[in-house]
Amino acid sequence: MTATSVEPTRRDFLYIATGTVGAVGAAAALVPLIAQMNPDASTIAAGAPVEVDLTPIAEGQVIKVFWRGAPIFINHRTKKEIEDARKVNVASLPDPQSDEKRVKSGKDQWQVLIGICTHLGCIPLAHSGEYNGYFCPCHGSVYDTSGRIRQGPAPKNLPLPPYKFLFDSKIRIGEEDAAKV
Amino acid sequence: MMSGHSTYQPQSAFMKWMERRLPIAGLVYSSFVSYPTPRNLNYWWTFGGILMFLLGAQLVTGIILVMHYTPHADMAFNSVEHIMRDVNYGWLLRYLHSNGASMFFVAVYIHMARGMYYGSYKEPREVLWILGVILYLLMMATGFLGYTLPWGQMSFWGATVITNFFSAIPLVGESVVTWLWGGYSIGNPTLQRFFSLHYLLPFVIVGVVVLHVWALHMVGQNNPTGVEPQSEKDTVAFTPYATIKDGFMMVCFCLVYAWFVFYVPNYLGHADNYIPANPSVTPTHIVPEWYYLPFYAILRAIPNKLLGVIALFGSIGILAFLPWLDTSRVRSAKYRPLFRQFFWIFILVTVGLGWLGSKPAEGGYVLASRILTFYYFAHFIIILPVLGWVEKTRPLPNSISEAILNEGLPLGASGPAPTATKN
Repeated sequence: MTATSVEPTRRDFLYIATGTVGAVGAAAALVPLIAQMNPDASTIAAGAPVEVDLTPIAEGQVIKVFWRGAPIFINHRTKKEIEDARKVNVASLPDPQSDEKRVKSGKDQWQVLIGICTHLGCIPLAHSGEYNGYFCPCHGSVYDTSGRIRQGPAPKNLPLPPYKFLFDSKIRIGEEDAAKV
Repeated sequence: MMSGHSTYQPQSAFMKWMERRLPIAGLVYSSFVSYPTPRNLNYWWTFGGILMFLLGAQLVTGIILVMHYTPHADMAFNSVEHIMRDVNYGWLLRYLHSNGASMFFVAVYIHMARGMYYGSYKEPREVLWILGVILYLLMMATGFLGYTLPWGQMSFWGATVITNFFSAIPLVGESVVTWLWGGYSIGNPTLQRFFSLHYLLPFVIVGVVVLHVWALHMVGQNNPTGVEPQSEKDTVAFTPYATIKDGFMMVCFCLVYAWFVFYVPNYLGHADNYIPANPSVTPTHIVPEWYYLPFYAILRAIPNKLLGVIALFGSIGILAFLPWLDTSRVRSAKYRPLFRQFFWIFILVTVGLGWLGSKPAEGGYVLASRILTFYYFAHFIIILPVLGWVEKTRPLPNSISEAILNEGLPLGASGPAPTATKN
């Protein structure tokens, strides 16, 4: 633009319009290049819900099942573990959440967690650590019997997967119970 | 730039014809034959050449390994064992490549420490230094991607931990990690893209090395006095003086490299990586490769996830600001008595962090990591700026020649070198 033409001209408009169309086109071309890295159809299909029969899990036992490549811990908690989880002052926790909110009501003994440390993704060991809950061997995060973070670098409680009880001894992981959300 | 050394004169008719069309011989001649280098360069200046050699060696061995490797989660581990057992000299090529990565970092750490000691990052070499920091970051990324390819336990869990750094990003962290993985967890899509990028990045490194050397040839090399060459008396021709010195050191370095390859090829690796990747079991003691350990210690020293990741990246990123954090006008530590002591403390602190990074994150180790992490950052943010103001530096020589003649000739610069190159 020269100093003499203060008023925008048609040519200015054409430059800006052409540049804008070019920029939009370039941005649109990036979409497939970036989107191809997201989970593909087969990965999404393989991430469908899984059903787990709870009958063989003895009291005090933790089993691991896989859903979407992530280990899901199913803990058949003892009376003592439930009591331990409930007698803490919730407000004093790093990520405050009551144990009641972390299980399905009336199914206090069944605790279902995604067994991936919220720090950097290692798998914690069950029945270990200071609170006899979970302990991550990578960087020393300690979780209690409710899977809540108590010590160490992890910022959050162990996450809960979406799941629902089909009946008392069977759950489906990957699907939330609409009525109880 | 210094000039006065002979320029390229094509001899044959063909080379004369060529030089008028593509003057590549003249470029090579002026860059690597007649190029004037300070006459007092010591052996610490030979690691640039060694790094070039290692980059070439990694490219050659890497391209060959790809001919036998299978980038698939179900087959990668076995294909690496196939290379080790069945492929002719496969064991040698793989050990050269895996130990070559370690040697690459040995050389780059010496190269960086030399730059820090002699103030090679200072005006007018800031861009040269920053290109070096970019090269270092690219090397770290390439090394990490390569370490995941054998798909052993350390590959898998190392990749898990490193990619989870991005989950610390507020709000979009989880989506970013899913995008990086191409799934809900580390799996085959992750391995395949890591393989593709591991093949790509070395060529990006080659490109940035070209820029690094270009920038070097614009501003000329620093030297142990930190005083710019004043006249032809201060320089010698690159060939034969620098080439022979670089060549000698390269041979010495290769002896160390060969010792690792032939006698302790797995010493710098980790035994857990000979166990196939298992998504349901995390190794009890997970550590990265040795060359990342200081930064790993910094990550673990911070009890907050986001801040830990920021400190980790900050500890590397801060290097790019070194030219402006160091406020002293004197380049070389030779003339900076206080800086010289703080330099060695800094090296010890970094090595200490590396040692702590290899230890479990508990008890006294965490406390020590915190202290050393604080010191690491204090070196850049507090000590270097303040030193520039308070330090009483020693008087600088008027020229490189004067410094040498006052102290006696250093090794490698003896004899009639300066006169021999003047025609």
